[in-house]
Amino acid sequence: MHRREWVYGWLFLTPALVFLFAFTHYPAFNTILGSFFSTPRGRKPAEFIGLENYRDLVADEVFWKVLTNNFWFALGTIPISVALALLMALWVNGRLRGTTLSRVAFFAPTVLPLIAVANIWLFFYTPGFGLIDQLRSGIFGLPAINLLGNPDTVLGAVIVVAIWKEAGFFMIFYLAALQSIPPVLREAAEIEGASSFYYLRRVLFPLLMPTTLFVSINAVINSFRLVDHIFVMTDGGPDNASSLLLFYIYEVAFKYWQTGYAATLTVVMLVLLSILAIGQFFLFDRKVHYQ
Amino acid sequence: MNLTRRRVPEFGVMLNSVAMWTLATLWALPLLYAIWTAFHPAAYETRFVITAPLTLDNFVKAWNAAPFARYFLNTFMLVTMILASQFILCTLAAFAFARFRFPGRSILFSLVLLQLLVMPDILIVENYKTIRALGLVDTIVAIGLPYIASGFGIFLLRQTFMSIPRELDDAARIEGCSFIGLLWRVYIPLARPTYLAYGLVSVSHHWNNFLWPLIITNSVETRPVTVGLSVFSAVDAGIEWSVINAATLMTSGPLLLGFLLFQRQFVQSFMRAGIR
Repeated sequence: MHRREWVYGWLFLTPALVFLFAFTHYPAFNTILGSFFSTPRGRKPAEFIGLENYRDLVADEVFWKVLTNNFWFALGTIPISVALALLMALWVNGRLRGTTLSRVAFFAPTVLPLIAVANIWLFFYTPGFGLIDQLRSGIFGLPAINLLGNPDTVLGAVIVVAIWKEAGFFMIFYLAALQSIPPVLREAAEIEGASSFYYLRRVLFPLLMPTTLFVSINAVINSFRLVDHIFVMTDGGPDNASSLLLFYIYEVAFKYWQTGYAATLTVVMLVLLSILAIGQFFLFDRKVHYQ
Repeated sequence: MNLTRRRVPEFGVMLNSVAMWTLATLWALPLLYAIWTAFHPAAYETRFVITAPLTLDNFVKAWNAAPFARYFLNTFMLVTMILASQFILCTLAAFAFARFRFPGRSILFSLVLLQLLVMPDILIVENYKTIRALGLVDTIVAIGLPYIASGFGIFLLRQTFMSIPRELDDAARIEGCSFIGLLWRVYIPLARPTYLAYGLVSVSHHWNNFLWPLIITNSVETRPVTVGLSVFSAVDAGIEWSVINAATLMTSGPLLLGFLLFQRQFVQSFMRAGIR
């Protein structure tokens, strides 16, 4: 019997594992390996060059720029979208009027392809013609501005788009968590004469902690993973002011065809994600309790 | 009657309602605006007159300007292929993890979970090499291959399978059911809500995916709608915004429509798939 379970277990697993290894573990391993090799050129095969790619990396100004961008992008997107998501969920879960319509409005951007979202917003941002400039000149009589063409404003403009796209998605997780909280707690708090604010701060927020953490981790991963809108809206410009790490990897690999260096950049990405995973592991273990 | 219920709404409730409506309006605005421009002639792109004539011209123009029919077909084939393969592979793997004891089980399971972090999305360089070595560049199969063994799907289904009581197994075994029969008659039917949830998440994810399809495809015959849309709107030939917006809505239309019709299921599915 036990012997048969062995065989069946492996038999059932094999198809999934083959693809998993072929397209996740093998390429991840190869990326690390490839970061120590030069890019093959024509008849010249890849050579082992030790840490040279990493030396280039440290000296590469664009890399640092992109990493800084990604940092600001994450910092600009995550707290606001998570806070908005919580607010949305609290509202939609309450006994207000018009919650169904509001929920649709909040969640709809999540269903759209990021490419489509970028197209819609690009139209908003078009200098002189887009809605933002129409409002500026129509109401305030201000001159046209090019938010996406200015290195100082472009990242902010992109952050707004990411928040719009993501907040509704995170709202769902809060909504699920809120619905699993027994109503007895609220009643007890009311009987004890606790204010809504007190209830929110002392009962709801601690209970929502696991969700907040889960959502935040997802938000961080998304801030590295989602770059589609950059292609449509800015192409990383002006002067790399809106380029993010994954977008830069794409450029290095598929525009300049420096696959060795692209592998090195991917290693940075893997390291960042691993740090995140380790952090998540410890945070989840210590700070947070499951129901 | 019902005196306690029919209180005058409190000030706080009013305030919250107004704030919620404001945010909801703000959130809906970009989409509503895109819909406005897509259904009106170009002259009304920034003029909001209630009497503005409605038109489908923009959609007709967009449809004729690029092979969207083909793009839709490609996306449809892609999404179907991925979903079918994911269901098969993930079901088998999840069942093995949930019900069989075999050496290496926990190590293999953590390797599966690793994919939640190291997604194929970021391994574009190496996966491109693999696909090229397989001679599959510029095929629809190539777009799907990296995603069909989904760590997330395996995890989700395993959780569901583990919550199914063992007694059902034993009963089915006594009746002479094989493992496949057990899976087919007991486990899959009981996990139907999870399949629905995972299916919706997977379809919308792969319908919307862009970067990998952009890299691996380079012809009309293989491009999904997202890449098609970006190619269409990137042309600097001065295509009118209303036409681009029409194309944008068109590509997201099926998902958006599905979402509006099955709003509740959608939200519940995303919730179910999100709870871990």
